[in-house]
Amino acid sequence: MLEINSVQAGYDRTTVLHDVTVSVPEDGVAAVLGHNGAGKSTLLRVAMGLLKPKSGTILLNGEDITSLAPNQRVARGMAYVPQGQQSFPHLTTAENLQLVADGRPDGSKAMVEALDLFPVLRELSSRRAGLLSGGQRQQLAIARALITRPRLLLLDEPTEGIQPSVVAEIEETILALSRRGGLSVLLVEQHVGFAMRAGQQYYVLEAGRVTSSGAGGVGSEQTVRAALSV
Amino acid sequence: MTVILNQSFTGISIGAVLLLIALGLTLTFGQMGVINMAHGEFIMAGAYTTYVLQKSISSAGISLLVALPLAFLVAGAMGALLEWLLIRRLYTRPLDTLLVTWGVSLMLQQLARDVFGAPNVQTHAPDLLTGNMSVAGVTLANNRLFILGLALLCALTLTLILRLTPLGRRIRAVVQNRDLAEVSGIATERVDRTTFFIGSGLAGVAGVALTLVGPIGPTMGTNYIVDAFLVVVVGGVAQLKGSVITAFALGVLQSVLEYSTTVSVAKVIVLVAIVAFLQWRPQGLYTLRTRSLV
Repeated sequence: MLEINSVQAGYDRTTVLHDVTVSVPEDGVAAVLGHNGAGKSTLLRVAMGLLKPKSGTILLNGEDITSLAPNQRVARGMAYVPQGQQSFPHLTTAENLQLVADGRPDGSKAMVEALDLFPVLRELSSRRAGLLSGGQRQQLAIARALITRPRLLLLDEPTEGIQPSVVAEIEETILALSRRGGLSVLLVEQHVGFAMRAGQQYYVLEAGRVTSSGAGGVGSEQTVRAALSV
Repeated sequence: MTVILNQSFTGISIGAVLLLIALGLTLTFGQMGVINMAHGEFIMAGAYTTYVLQKSISSAGISLLVALPLAFLVAGAMGALLEWLLIRRLYTRPLDTLLVTWGVSLMLQQLARDVFGAPNVQTHAPDLLTGNMSVAGVTLANNRLFILGLALLCALTLTLILRLTPLGRRIRAVVQNRDLAEVSGIATERVDRTTFFIGSGLAGVAGVALTLVGPIGPTMGTNYIVDAFLVVVVGGVAQLKGSVITAFALGVLQSVLEYSTTVSVAKVIVLVAIVAFLQWRPQGLYTLRTRSLV
């Protein structure tokens, strides 16, 4: 589905990613794990087009999308939930979702489906997103991404800084979506248990390099924990 | 009592002019954060559009009605061109933007001198707008009433566009979180250009209105640009209602002070009041609160 090939990227003169190669299987989940500062979020920013790589290529279903703008990648079926429960804080919950549904032929239907996944957002539809709790904002962020009906979803630490009860709900939703088919996921996560339950493939990033990779699943959890503790 | 009412109407009419010239800036400066020193020249372009139209359309009323949408398009196109040529390359460099747009404003003033000549020119107001009407002893100038109505109509339309339309949602989204807007599928560069088009177009409409109360000249825009920025800053950037309230408050304050002092002293007192207000409330009259920084 997505192939990130030998990517080198960074900010100004600082190189954050060194020759990173990651692929996401069709209808599958690839999990990227690593400590803070390993380059996980930078990898997703490169994949989504928010940061141009210094070298390397990004292929989506075989098409080279390295030079495409983020909104063009969205039009090709990619969606991105950035780190930090980001929203448009002065728009209401409904406006945050309507914004993405606008101009899409099936936008209204997609919006209803997204709200069905996170019913709490329906009750908060007239509240400004900046006044929602962290967990509610993360649900809003995932719902907003799903309205574009993505074939590939990039999730950057979706459970970070959120209370446990909401974390469980978000994890269940992501697992259900990936099992339903028709959606591939590139998941960046520090929570190893969740990442390995969700991922069919895993990559461990250390200081901008892939130091370990392999088949995912609960059975690989100890291997990954060992790789992360090095 | 009649004196108070007369002065109040004068203040409100000054406020209406302030609101009209500041409306475009609430978008380009208030929403986008671009310090566009050429905004005044878009006002001038709107005024000269009215002047040119009156040369080809003999009826002052019809030419004024045609001038309103045409000036919007002319000034809007100039703004969109400026955004495409220069400003989009300078979004992260506000001081450079200020200098560049100031240079553009000087060039546009010179262009106006070359095309229309250095002396001021005048348009003829439609008969309907030349007289006065008297309500409860208060004399209301028809042209001032027209400007008041036009300013309120423009403010209401802009509010409705920003609040209720897909374009308005996109504009607000891009202002609040550009990267998130981009990854939500919004073509942010196109939104920037459209926002600049509307903001500059509103300056053109203000230019048409100003032909009813004064002469048209190459430097007319510079007379209004500082006042326009003051209205947006005091109102609170990114807040249209703040600009509306501020424009009328400053207009009435100016009018009341002019009555008891002189025009110059009134202007000084208003400026001192603004400085004091911004010391107390640097964020302006209205701000939006959020639970977090995102």
